[in-house]
Amino acid sequence: MNLTAVRLDAGKDPCQGCRFKGVAVGASALFIAVFLACAVEAVEATTIVLAAGTARDWRSANVGVLAALVVLAAITAALGPAVSALPLQALRLFVGALLLVFGLQWLRKAILRASGHKALHDEDAIYADQLRAARSEPGRRAALVPDMYGFTLSFKGVLLEGLEVVFIALTFGSNAHQIPLAALAAVSAVVLVALAGVAIRAPLARVPENTMKFVVGVLLTTFGTFWGAEGAGASWPGSNDVALLVLAPCIALFALALVAVLRRVPAATAGPQPQAATVKAG
Amino acid sequence: MAGQVASQVAGRARAFGLFVYDFVVGDDWWVAAGVAAALVLTYLLAHAAAVTAWWLIPVALVLLMPVSLWRAIRKR
Repeated sequence: MNLTAVRLDAGKDPCQGCRFKGVAVGASALFIAVFLACAVEAVEATTIVLAAGTARDWRSANVGVLAALVVLAAITAALGPAVSALPLQALRLFVGALLLVFGLQWLRKAILRASGHKALHDEDAIYADQLRAARSEPGRRAALVPDMYGFTLSFKGVLLEGLEVVFIALTFGSNAHQIPLAALAAVSAVVLVALAGVAIRAPLARVPENTMKFVVGVLLTTFGTFWGAEGAGASWPGSNDVALLVLAPCIALFALALVAVLRRVPAATAGPQPQAATVKAG
Repeated sequence: MAGQVASQVAGRARAFGLFVYDFVVGDDWWVAAGVAAALVLTYLLAHAAAVTAWWLIPVALVLLMPVSLWRAIRKR
């Protein structure tokens, strides 16, 4: 099965409608998955850059962003052709495995948050923590950078969150032979979030980040299951890619059922999630 | 001097290794191990035994997720 390949001889195919339906479903789901995942990462990176710029120095924070973007571009240029050169079966197995692990980790955190067993991801609280930590550090000047702490905070934040954006866009795109679509989804998400951050100059606390993470967890797990099984040599029943339409709601319902069950288990008190000076995703 | 450089390199290599582990495996290594085991079993069923194997990963998810959640709650 091929997620998006449009066969030139489709006119001879009795299931042409199914195939095109599968293509459209795959492309839309891919765009939504990449867009949402990258938007979540971009919100986290924006919070860190805003904290670095506000508490320390805007020039240093901006140089940090530019330096991280250059490194990310180099990584993309190096990894892109390497990932695309892998045989499809091996690529699907490798990407499926990674997406499954990523998706299950996201989903696990989302379920714990939704059931009250983990503090909700609160951009306002994280921003306040970042500001406090950034203000307490002494300044150190370097050649082009007035403040190395602000530069490093901003650089690390954008690089680490950006690595996830690059990974998601590359793996989804190359696996589905839709790199331009995946890149468009990733760039749209990052630009949209960055513009919103620049416009309001405050953490994007109104973005429903916890819900988005739940949805992204479901989508990553769905694609990971689909591609992982195909990469391992299994064939999904039914016509092209329709398994995705069954898998996604089943995984979502299962996750919601787990939330309902865990809500009955007494939780330890969970305040806002402290993440000062950390840039770990999720 | 050479010893200092070697220790610095070892420290950085270790930090990089920890970063990669954290990036890929994350908070619960059981999930990563379970996913790897499910994929290997799927491969063996599909290739060696020529059996329909698409169901194995969804079943693994249904088993893995509650276990991982239980481990997370128990830790707190």
